[in-house]
Amino acid sequence: MSLSKEEKLYIDAYRNMLRIRLFESKVLDLFLKNYIRGPVHLYLGEEAIAVGVCSALQKDDYITSTHRGHGHCIAKGGDVKKMMAELLGKSTGYCKGKGGSMHITDMSLGILGANGIVGAGMPIAVGAGYALHLQKSNQVVACFFGDAATNQGSVHEAMNMASIWKLPVLFICENNLYGISTCIRDVCRLDDIAKRAEGYGFSGITIDGNDFFQVYETTKTAVKKIRQNGGPILIEAKTYRHEGHDIGDPEVYRSSKEVEQWKQKDPLLRMERDLLDRNILTQDIIDQMRSQIRKEIDQAVQFAFDSPEPPKEELLTDIFVKEGEL
Amino acid sequence: MREITFSQALNEALREEMIRDEKVFLMGEDIGLHGGAFGVTKNLVKEFGSERVRNSPLSEAGIAGIAVGAALLDMKPVVEFMFIDFTTIAMDQIINQAAKIRYMTGGQAKVPAVFRTQGGGGTGSAAQHSQSLENLFCYIPGLMVVMPSTPYNAKGLLKSSIRNLNPVVFIEHKLLYTKKGDVPEEEYLLPLGKANLMKKGRDITFISYSRMVHVALDAADQLAQEGIDVEVIDLQTLSPIDKETIFQSVQKTGKCLTIEEDCKSSGFGAEVAASIGEECFDYLDAPVRRIAAADVPVPFAASLESEALPDVDRIIRTTKMMNS
Repeated sequence: MSLSKEEKLYIDAYRNMLRIRLFESKVLDLFLKNYIRGPVHLYLGEEAIAVGVCSALQKDDYITSTHRGHGHCIAKGGDVKKMMAELLGKSTGYCKGKGGSMHITDMSLGILGANGIVGAGMPIAVGAGYALHLQKSNQVVACFFGDAATNQGSVHEAMNMASIWKLPVLFICENNLYGISTCIRDVCRLDDIAKRAEGYGFSGITIDGNDFFQVYETTKTAVKKIRQNGGPILIEAKTYRHEGHDIGDPEVYRSSKEVEQWKQKDPLLRMERDLLDRNILTQDIIDQMRSQIRKEIDQAVQFAFDSPEPPKEELLTDIFVKEGEL
Repeated sequence: MREITFSQALNEALREEMIRDEKVFLMGEDIGLHGGAFGVTKNLVKEFGSERVRNSPLSEAGIAGIAVGAALLDMKPVVEFMFIDFTTIAMDQIINQAAKIRYMTGGQAKVPAVFRTQGGGGTGSAAQHSQSLENLFCYIPGLMVVMPSTPYNAKGLLKSSIRNLNPVVFIEHKLLYTKKGDVPEEEYLLPLGKANLMKKGRDITFISYSRMVHVALDAADQLAQEGIDVEVIDLQTLSPIDKETIFQSVQKTGKCLTIEEDCKSSGFGAEVAASIGEECFDYLDAPVRRIAAADVPVPFAASLESEALPDVDRIIRTTKMMNS
């Protein structure tokens, strides 16, 4: 089967979406078996956004992430072994076990960090954009945030600053309808959050965040514009989380009917059907891919289980850069 | 040696570091043509342009976040908050982000940003423009806190703060900007984390920082005429604190008075006193005492403000009591 460059990219994207799906499902399983401490926010159901955006970025572009960040990390090329080890609080994890789920970072891949403070990644992304602007670089920063973050003051400040200085920042609002239990309709008068961009003097567009192709094409166009003429641009990707805000959320604020309706629009299944229809993938290849990724994730879990906990001597390291370090 | 003002010394530090390292850039409110509310960035926009001396909107959280994000990309931002009172709006970025990113990422990232600001009372600026909030930052692991007292140490410490690879909160005092002092023409740096012995003495140690160093020195001069020989230490860096210099002095004098402008309860002197209690108890001839501001929002009226802030008389009275 001879495939075009774009078709190969779609296959890689599908593989990454599947990787996120299976990784997060495994995390859910491990959490319920008490292997993971602290809150965990799963990306299940939102896979098309992280992968659609990151597929349209260059390798050396940057991202900032959120508390719901596992998907962003995998989409940008993160190592599932180091992620799993971090989630289990092991010294081989991305942050040597000092950060956990909400702080996974890979500076070498341009992942400037997940963030436990809603909205805090926005000014940081704009600062990264300011650095790129001063460095006269062609790179961009993709800044992920949720619908609830848009009501933070820091987000207002960040969007305005990115706009007045035309910084190379792509804002991606993952509108999954709820900030914990609060529906965005109750805390925002606009139907589309993308309209807020106009108030800051740049363009915003609302898309179906469960459609990989739409996310990918929109991001590709936006990033091209930003590289040519500066930014920022806001993409609002409408989506839905299949699980609660975090594992253990009783989900009293939404009906099972609503959840089921959204699961009909599952981004992974949609992409799968599409690639099968277009003969880019076959069921055999998909099955093969699935078992490969399962194996990869099982190995990551084994790696995490086998890894040591951080030794007590690690407690007071990494607070400051010491002279001679780095 | 030539004399220049505190704000000129800071201006020279910024200028020299901007020439030395093109990664250094400034951002803050009215720091461009206006030169900053206290003139510290005067003329820098003419020399370095508006990209590197960036006038910002009134967006303290945004300014702080930009410093963090740019620092993650290997830049050296030096951002200005016009008043320390306004840093409260930027606290998430300073406390939750800048201070913690290195630790949370297991040492992957560094945040070499300087958060410059000024604080302190004495100008009738009232409760939201006169605070001494240094201890808020000292409490946070991962931040360095530097408070200069003279043009000489202001310049040397700011240059070191800019070169340091950690987040530094650099707090100036609004009443010091016009103070003149000796500053060498040639380049120099002063180490962070080191206190400065301003005056040697045998009878009692005064531990102070920022503007209160001058009040402490005035009191020490007057006390000398009455036969009390005071040793005066200027901490220069509050975090990490130079305990070695403090302990050496207290072990010699056996008495210690902390002199600071922040509120007394849970103020910086409490940390100094407790550390001395833990490490030098056997050397003490009297309990450590604290001269600090009253536990009150800084009042507007001159009569009330001067009552709230420490002065020479209170230092002298307390010292005599400790020596009697």
